[in-house]
Amino acid sequence: MITAATLAVALAHLFGVWRALKGPTVFDRVLAANTIGVAAILLLALLGFLTERPEFLDIGITYGLLNLIGTLAVLKFFRYGDLARGAENDAAK
Amino acid sequence: MSEWWPEILSWPFLAAGSFFYVVGLIGLVRMPDVYTRMHAASVSDTFGAALLLIGMMFISGLSLVTAKLIVILLILLFTGPVATHALARAARYAKVEPVLSNSEEAKSSKR
Repeated sequence: MITAATLAVALAHLFGVWRALKGPTVFDRVLAANTIGVAAILLLALLGFLTERPEFLDIGITYGLLNLIGTLAVLKFFRYGDLARGAENDAAK
Repeated sequence: MSEWWPEILSWPFLAAGSFFYVVGLIGLVRMPDVYTRMHAASVSDTFGAALLLIGMMFISGLSLVTAKLIVILLILLFTGPVATHALARAARYAKVEPVLSNSEEAKSSKR
């Protein structure tokens, strides 16, 4: 059953890449990247169970946090054009 | 009995988790609009991931592995809505129009 769940989660990478290539707007591609990231976390946990190595869960915890920061950084870059500036550009206008 | 029943008890959770995960992915591929795709992806991120992780918790029993799986589950439950909300706000700010049910695109793609 863990093998079936691993195959189901591995489909996420294929569908995510398809949506990242096809999506007409840039936000489709950011959504696909976020979905691939969550699928990678679950795949790490499932592979840890398949190979009897619980060390993969630590990598999963780290990547869970990095995935969120990466998504928010890409969105901030697309909105403000710069990762250093923030909402004070909106207030100055 | 105590060595096989946690594995058997985890099977419905793993099966349901895989089912909801694949349903969310099919929604990601086939939905007509970026907002509806976000909604479908959040189904797989929340339902599918939670059920899969709870199924894995049954296999590992009361140990450090279960504690780490609970941490992964809490991270996914907290960061999923934050990412979806930020993405939807950014898409609305960039003036991506949603496909409403009475618009031309919805009428042309209806079978």
